[in-house]
Amino acid sequence: MDETNGSGATLATSADPADSTDPTEPPTGEEILRLDGLHVHFPIRRGLYDVVTGRAQLMVRAVDGIDLTLHRGEVLALVGESGSGKTTTGRVVVKLTRQTGGTVTFEGKDVSGLWSAGQLRDYRRRIQIIFQDPYETLNPKQTIHDFVAEPLVVNAKLNDDEREKKVVAALESAGLRPASDFMYRYPHELSGGQRQRVVIAGALVMDPEVIVADEPVSMLDVSIRTELLRLMLDVRKERGLTYLFITHDLSLAWVIADRIAVMYLGKIMEIGLAETVIRSPRNPYTQALVSVSPSPEPPGAGLRAKRTILEGETPDAAHVPTGCRFHPRCPVAFDRCKVDEPPLFQLEDGHAAACWLAEPGRVATADGRTLAEAAAARTEHQPEEATI
Amino acid sequence: MSGPADPRRLVGAVEGADREIVADDLEHEGTLRDEADGAGPNDATSISQAALEREPGGPLLGRRQWPLPKQADPNAPLLEVDGLKTYFTLESGTVKAVDGVSFHLDYGEALGIAGESGCGKTTTALSLVRILPSNATIREGSIKLMGIDLVPKTENQLRRYRWREISIVFQGAMNALNPVRRVRDQIAEPLEARLNQSPKAARKRAGDLLELVGIPRRRGTAYPHELSGGMRQRAMIAMALACDPAIVIGDEPTTALDVMVQAQILQLLEDLRTKLGLSLILITHDLSVIAETCDRVLIMYAGRIAEEGRVDEVFRRPRHPYTQKLLAAFPNIAADRRSLEVIPGSPPDLRNPPPGCRFAPRCFAAMAVCSAEVPPEISFDGVRVACHLYHEGDSGEPVTTAPADAIGATAAVGLA
Repeated sequence: MDETNGSGATLATSADPADSTDPTEPPTGEEILRLDGLHVHFPIRRGLYDVVTGRAQLMVRAVDGIDLTLHRGEVLALVGESGSGKTTTGRVVVKLTRQTGGTVTFEGKDVSGLWSAGQLRDYRRRIQIIFQDPYETLNPKQTIHDFVAEPLVVNAKLNDDEREKKVVAALESAGLRPASDFMYRYPHELSGGQRQRVVIAGALVMDPEVIVADEPVSMLDVSIRTELLRLMLDVRKERGLTYLFITHDLSLAWVIADRIAVMYLGKIMEIGLAETVIRSPRNPYTQALVSVSPSPEPPGAGLRAKRTILEGETPDAAHVPTGCRFHPRCPVAFDRCKVDEPPLFQLEDGHAAACWLAEPGRVATADGRTLAEAAAARTEHQPEEATI
Repeated sequence: MSGPADPRRLVGAVEGADREIVADDLEHEGTLRDEADGAGPNDATSISQAALEREPGGPLLGRRQWPLPKQADPNAPLLEVDGLKTYFTLESGTVKAVDGVSFHLDYGEALGIAGESGCGKTTTALSLVRILPSNATIREGSIKLMGIDLVPKTENQLRRYRWREISIVFQGAMNALNPVRRVRDQIAEPLEARLNQSPKAARKRAGDLLELVGIPRRRGTAYPHELSGGMRQRAMIAMALACDPAIVIGDEPTTALDVMVQAQILQLLEDLRTKLGLSLILITHDLSVIAETCDRVLIMYAGRIAEEGRVDEVFRRPRHPYTQKLLAAFPNIAADRRSLEVIPGSPPDLRNPPPGCRFAPRCFAAMAVCSAEVPPEISFDGVRVACHLYHEGDSGEPVTTAPADAIGATAAVGLA
């Protein structure tokens, strides 16, 4: 983070991609990672009393059947509220949580069955994870150098010189320049932003191909967030990385991602290019999320009315509603939503939405309006102007 | 959001009474004893002259059943902070966390305080009710609440104002709530302790407050861990409202919450403000929260005010380079996705702040004068800005390009 800017450099100049990130084009890189019908159900412990009385085993359906493809070189953002299963999905990808159904395919090879450390050694080298809280990721009694070098000591047969070189390169990639200023410090001597850089350096040191970033900037100040997002994009360009970026904040996804997948209660509700998902969302859940996403522009009277604040909170994943799992909170739900679960309808350009209103060929909503009219009425929110 | 149409004055509304109370009705309040503070004429009665207009249908929940402080001056602004300096004493030196901050807050107004971490936002707020760490002291300045200066008050005298006149909603609701006490009892506690209410009455009001913030009354018997994050934050707000304070300070009240829950909480604060005529101070690094909720905004940098003014003016036409960069660095879903900027460097070490303008080392438009002289605060139609780019008598048009004699930022980018 040195060279480019006094102050004015933007994400555009540094992350500018002649390559894969033209936001209007679907990602063209080859497929690197694929999830098929992924399920993660956690059993809820039953007490002796429950067993004796024959109470049914309840399952928390954290991830409930998702298909996702990650292309080489892209940033795919997985967006959802707490309890939507986004973190569990990320943990399955890095093999920290066992899936209960479905498969994980990495470069065409099914890796779902690999669990022993030996089998995973190569996979783990190539897929790394960055956690949210740099204060907890770092060992307070370990120097920065030792933290970054540890995976090399464990995994790679390198002599000291080669190892040092790799550590320095990773730290400098993560924007800690010159690395010698930081290597022998302890975490408490660094600021929050610097700590997260160290964590990123730790992930980079094994030269991974995919990085799962689980809320990597949520703990940081807004101004530091931007720096780190830009760093992540720079590193992607420099090293050809692929990111699975997990966040609850749609505006961060908007800034960093090529594609966005919106999760709700263990299912993908909508997926598509960032531009499409944000600018013309088809699922009412995505529409609501977009409408409440933070923006520093003071809302005018009309803007404020456009916001759709959903009632209540994401339901408990042990009691997933029938039909469309979003229907109890959906502002436009109709009868069918309560009974049938909508599949992910494929729309144009890889855009897909799990909502009966997005069903191809559908011309009218439940109340007899055309889709366009319903959408217009929703955005205007002004009864007298709504088309009847 | 448009500002409050008319600055509301606090007024008593006797519980159960279904009418507005005007000055005459309140004269009997002079007989209520107010034990904590020193003697003085009870001016509370005249405060209510501008009677609060009740929102149609909005329950006032017995707004102000208890009198205002005896020394309150009816004509004074609600809160006026002047030249506040709060310093921390460390072994390694004195941290000038708040270094000469002045601002005011009107009745019914919402003021946002924004800035990066370490800019003195929280210290400013904690100074108002003096719940500072033991190594921090208010060195200078005055904090006048309804004309009463709180700075010279002793700890004991301050108890009259903490929570009863100014309360705080903290960020981590899980840490701020007591994990082994029922939520309802925690809300009732200040009512019993500060207002001498009977346990039964306090509990009933705690139930009312929970309903006011959107938690069903029966959930009051839950312990904090049994509530979701959003509910806990609501409970914190209920607790802050318990004694019906004039001012509620929200210290990052929505930072740890999901976007949808955050929108719900902001909506709640907004509703409460109109319903109860509350005055709010919101401290956050999240500019969208301020854009959403506040009338005025105070941008702080390194213990000083960079810019202050109406939210729509400051956010639409930021004048101070720091404000401009802060806004440009905010991920905005409504803007071009690749236009995010980065502010080079980080806030200075306040043990040894740079001379002159403290933002100069990170400022694209820094000139020679910036690191020599502290910029004076200049006002342009309601906006106060402390920057050498602007001079008294200028047009006040925002300057967005560096002037010809600019030296530019000198800070090491990205690293402290």
